Amino acid sequence: MLKVEEHSPVTFSADLISRFDEIVSRYPQGKQKSALLPVLHLVQAEYGWLSTQAMDKVAEYLFIQPIEVYEVASFYTMYFLKPQGKFMLEVCRTGPCCLVGAEKILNHLENKLGVKEGEVTPDGLFSFRGVECLAACGYGPVLQIGPEYTFYENLTTESVDQLIEDLKNKS
Amino acid sequence: MSDNKVKVTIDGITVEVENGTTILNAARQIGGDIVPPAMCYYSKLKGSGGKCRTCIVKVSKGSEKDPRPMPKLVASCRTTVMDGMEVQNITSPEVLEARAGVVEILLINHPLDCPVCDQAGECDLQDLGYEHGLQKTRYEFERRTFERIDIGDKIQLHMNRCILCYRCVYTADQLTDGRVHGVLNRGDHSEISTYIEQAIDNDFSGNVIDVCPVGALTDRTFRFKNRVWFTKPVDAHRDCPTCSGKVTLWYKGPDVLRVTARKDQFGEVEEFICNTCRFETKNTSDWTIIEPTKISDTSVIAANHYETLRPLPVIKTNEQLREANKKELEKTIKY
Amino acid sequence: MSRKLLLEHINVPGIAGLDVYRQKGGYRAVEKALKTLTPDEVVEEVKKSGLRGRGGAGFPTGMKWSFLAKPEGVARYLVCNADESEPGTFKDRYLMTHIPHALIEGMIVSSYALGANASYIYVRGEMMPQIRILERAIAEAKAAGFLGNNILGTGYNLELYVQPGGGAYICGEETALLESLEGKRGNPRIKPPFPAIAGLYGCPTVVNNVESIAATVPIINDGGEEYAKIGIGRSTGTKLISASGNLVRPGVYEIELGLPVEEFIYSDEYCGGIANGKRLKATVAGGSSVPILPANLSLKLANGEPRLMSYESLAEGGFATGTMLGSGGFIAFDEDQCIVRNTWNFSRFYHHESCGQCSPCREGTGWLEKVLHRLEYGHGKMSDIDLLVDVAKKIEGNTICPLGDAAAWPVGSAIRHFRDEFEWHVKEPVKSQSVNYGLADYAKPIEKVAEVKTGE
Repeated sequence: MLKVEEHSPVTFSADLISRFDEIVSRYPQGKQKSALLPVLHLVQAEYGWLSTQAMDKVAEYLFIQPIEVYEVASFYTMYFLKPQGKFMLEVCRTGPCCLVGAEKILNHLENKLGVKEGEVTPDGLFSFRGVECLAACGYGPVLQIGPEYTFYENLTTESVDQLIEDLKNKS
Repeated sequence: MSDNKVKVTIDGITVEVENGTTILNAARQIGGDIVPPAMCYYSKLKGSGGKCRTCIVKVSKGSEKDPRPMPKLVASCRTTVMDGMEVQNITSPEVLEARAGVVEILLINHPLDCPVCDQAGECDLQDLGYEHGLQKTRYEFERRTFERIDIGDKIQLHMNRCILCYRCVYTADQLTDGRVHGVLNRGDHSEISTYIEQAIDNDFSGNVIDVCPVGALTDRTFRFKNRVWFTKPVDAHRDCPTCSGKVTLWYKGPDVLRVTARKDQFGEVEEFICNTCRFETKNTSDWTIIEPTKISDTSVIAANHYETLRPLPVIKTNEQLREANKKELEKTIKY
Repeated sequence: MSRKLLLEHINVPGIAGLDVYRQKGGYRAVEKALKTLTPDEVVEEVKKSGLRGRGGAGFPTGMKWSFLAKPEGVARYLVCNADESEPGTFKDRYLMTHIPHALIEGMIVSSYALGANASYIYVRGEMMPQIRILERAIAEAKAAGFLGNNILGTGYNLELYVQPGGGAYICGEETALLESLEGKRGNPRIKPPFPAIAGLYGCPTVVNNVESIAATVPIINDGGEEYAKIGIGRSTGTKLISASGNLVRPGVYEIELGLPVEEFIYSDEYCGGIANGKRLKATVAGGSSVPILPANLSLKLANGEPRLMSYESLAEGGFATGTMLGSGGFIAFDEDQCIVRNTWNFSRFYHHESCGQCSPCREGTGWLEKVLHRLEYGHGKMSDIDLLVDVAKKIEGNTICPLGDAAAWPVGSAIRHFRDEFEWHVKEPVKSQSVNYGLADYAKPIEKVAEVKTGE
């Protein structure tokens, strides 16, 4: 069972709501539930993760039951049901990337960041995890960082170090 | 043969059924051993079926028009019959092997806690395991475990035992307004949950207990009260403002330990009942007793069910019931 | 140089934009289809082309289109499957990134053929950059009058939308994709009914892969018959191959179907051989779910003839000695790769991606993974190998959707062809943790393999 992590109330901004409205307009009348996945992406981009409060608000907005949102949010791997580091480094861990060193990158990240997969560094900046095939097998090893899902290809331990430095400086 | 009837032959037995009938329901019309087991299909729940794969059968002839066999075994609960179709269930070693495989797979993560499970004795998975299972599991890893969840004060969810048949989800969706429980997560981490420990607060929520084929959803008011085979079921009814009021009362001596909906020979409830009937109405005086529930002689519940030496008090005092009880007893003695 | 139909202009600067794309002949197919052909004539051209679904199943696209039900007054939908997730496959990402208008143009032509007035491109959520690229391309096409109401004055209306997924391989299965597009969990539907009868919102729907849809552009431009002249036998046209693993030049290549596998791996026009001067040990020719083949059977058929990149040649010999073209995800393994580890990795993938709806896949994929993990880490037993074969068999063919088969095949084939290596992991539990089994006989000339096979 999923636990509730936070109880702070959530209010969607007018701008966010107008972006929801545009998404809903893409589907036939009465099929607004189709907007659920894209809307959840927008909410996650805004808050960094999906709290129960945020999901309940989405349910209210789309005229569906909260459980329908939980079912979907917990099915798809891109949605975070608990807070993550500001930068979530998602490294592909599937076959073709492993042939060219993805496991080395994952081990390196664990040592470098000093946290295990799924944990957050004490400064709140970084999390990392292995994810399944990102469909970039020819450019492996690869990692992506949400919410923009910027892609980093042909990783080496050096390029990962550089990336972490750059992200630190950016924040 | 009329236009909307088709002929299908299952394990050599031909039956004429309505067009659009599934293989499983055609087999149920024939009855007996050739009826495929169904763990997830439930005729009263729209959209159910296709998931557990225990009802798989072989279609050796597609139809009179297109006699080609189907390339794979099919879920009989979701495959409609065609005129002239020929189906093999228990006459196909391939089907029996595949079904044994499904049963083995259903059991690898299922806790073998039947001795402490309230469902034991009326559990579809227990029956299947008995019939098809191996003596010993080949699965040598830790079984998946979940925390027990109380869904309100009346229903308990034992997720460890769940086989994800989705019946309770369909029940909640189709019988109650505003479904609050569903399936969370994915793959073998999937679980039935309310996300937050929310009571399923609805007049008909208790029916999820009856549709559950295993002991995942059980009646907290009956929890550990008794083993089902020590209790004696009696059909009864009352004038209920919410539901049909047609129930089965499960007696131990003079006490009603549990109330359930009445179930047919395929283990499906005949009519869904309300929570007041199920949880709140446990005095004999609340009910009009009809007759001792007919129990299949292959069920452990049948054991001593109709014994005349110590009949239930409600039966002892009612001439009509005593007669019915005697008749049923004579029937069982014949076997 | 072989003929390029999809990637001919891929290196032209600015080809991702509408102007350059049009300068290079883009949107001719829309003009031709909408102004000179009826929808049925477009379907007919696609049928004539022999185009087979490029997503993996290889079902003839024209035939799929002709199954679409057309009841009066009911909307019909075209949904593009851009949920590219099969390990080893990244061609759709490449196409959408570099030449998005090829997909948009194909969507317009195909939607017209099917009579759809609203079409969706379902892109896997991780491809947010590609989603932005497509949305920009759609806006450009709309501004130029190729989308919207009364396209090119023909009276045909079409709106095109991009829908992001949420991270689930299973949504590549067409009915799971439709569920997801309806805002639900990606549980594949139980068929029948097929999407052609009841798909998106219960309406007749066609779901096609990105590459299949893009291929309709050259088919309409040059005619189906011209397209069918390319390729070999029933494998007509060109195919995008995603090449990954231990290759000198991994990447996406457009090949004419029928190219010898050996030429694809070793020629400088394509992958340029095995990286770091190593030798080839094995290939997975069509994405992770298709059977893995040892080097010798990758390059040659069991009779010693060259194996070709075509639906038929790759499948030659059935699962005993052949594999499948699948989605064209070509993965090369060099001599230092461990097949046991890779098989475990793949089975972890399928375990992770199982939707959990039907029991054999939900429970069986996890079982496979656990046994393979034990073997890989030196705790396996000899009996585990047959156990794996048996569990895989119990999943295969007994599930709602093909994910069960996809999980079973890599395990079955790895044990079929690399049993020695699995046994070695059991016999050498310590050594196997530090050294690899190596190339062994897996690249020995094919005649030897044929002999061993008959001797069994």
